[in-house]
Amino acid sequence: MHITIIKRAGLMLALAGAACLTGCASPPKTLYGWDGYQPQVYQHFKGESPDQQIAEMEKSLQTISARGAAVPPGFHAHLGMLYSSTGKLDQMVVQFEDEKKLFPESAAYMDFLLAKVKKGEKL
Amino acid sequence: MIKRTLKLAACLAPMALVVGCATNTATPYDYTAYKAAQPRSILVLPPLNNSPEVNAGNSVYAQVTYPLAEAGYYVLPVALVNETFKQNGMTTSADIHALPPAKLKEIFGADAGMYITITRYGASYTVLDSVVVVAADARLVDLKTGTVLWTGSATASSNEGGNNSGGGLIGVLVAAAVKQIINSTTDRSHPIAGVTSARLLSAGYNKGLLYGPRSANYAKQ
Repeated sequence: MHITIIKRAGLMLALAGAACLTGCASPPKTLYGWDGYQPQVYQHFKGESPDQQIAEMEKSLQTISARGAAVPPGFHAHLGMLYSSTGKLDQMVVQFEDEKKLFPESAAYMDFLLAKVKKGEKL
Repeated sequence: MIKRTLKLAACLAPMALVVGCATNTATPYDYTAYKAAQPRSILVLPPLNNSPEVNAGNSVYAQVTYPLAEAGYYVLPVALVNETFKQNGMTTSADIHALPPAKLKEIFGADAGMYITITRYGASYTVLDSVVVVAADARLVDLKTGTVLWTGSATASSNEGGNNSGGGLIGVLVAAAVKQIINSTTDRSHPIAGVTSARLLSAGYNKGLLYGPRSANYAKQ
């Protein structure tokens, strides 16, 4: 009699423990797809060529959209900056507008930069 | 008697486990000003580097976006922000940290500024081993009023192992960092800086940042 109760209690404990472990350890679902953005920012700081970074980021953009994930804050703005440093101002504008569309919080800063470029100043 | 004791144990055990998982059991942090300010966007300034490693600032700065964005905030593009400071003749973090908050708000339009100071970065060598440690402090400031909304600090080290990190975002990052260190002989501090950044700037931890408006957990704390 006691043995069955002990067995049952043990089972309940084990199940409760397992439930908690899964609750704690299940891989978190992120808000954004992070392929490439932060590593490319680091490469930029280390002085890697903009052309190389543009190629990497365009590839990341495809990967992120293929997975149906959201593009993280700053990604389009960073890519726009890289385009501007290679003289592709039209493509820069498209990226800055994308950043604004996805994140209206960026509007003031993006408009500040777009106004500078319009006046012929550097970013 | 044994039956009752065991039943009670079976009921209490899951509760103990649940408490074990949660982290916010210590003295409560005063979030009054933070909650009142309701920041949506964060301007992270180039970190102040008090370590002897010249690369520390860039290494940390490149990895601040992930935890803050996942916490639910808009994070201004760090490389572009850095460029704007440079174009305006601001090349040192100390000068940038000393700028008036209102001026930063005017240019960047951000609700809050994150001021990070790196206190340790890099390897210290012993006879048998080398340990990489990255530690940093942070201060979140309302750019409209200059009020400090939150302060925190965090550290990470290469000899923690991958097991004691708990679950969630940080657990995944620690595991990834450990793997990266094993596979790389150069730049061993960079992945550790990523863990420090995540510990410092993730939401939902004891005395940590609150979730921002883009998170499903916003305003539930």
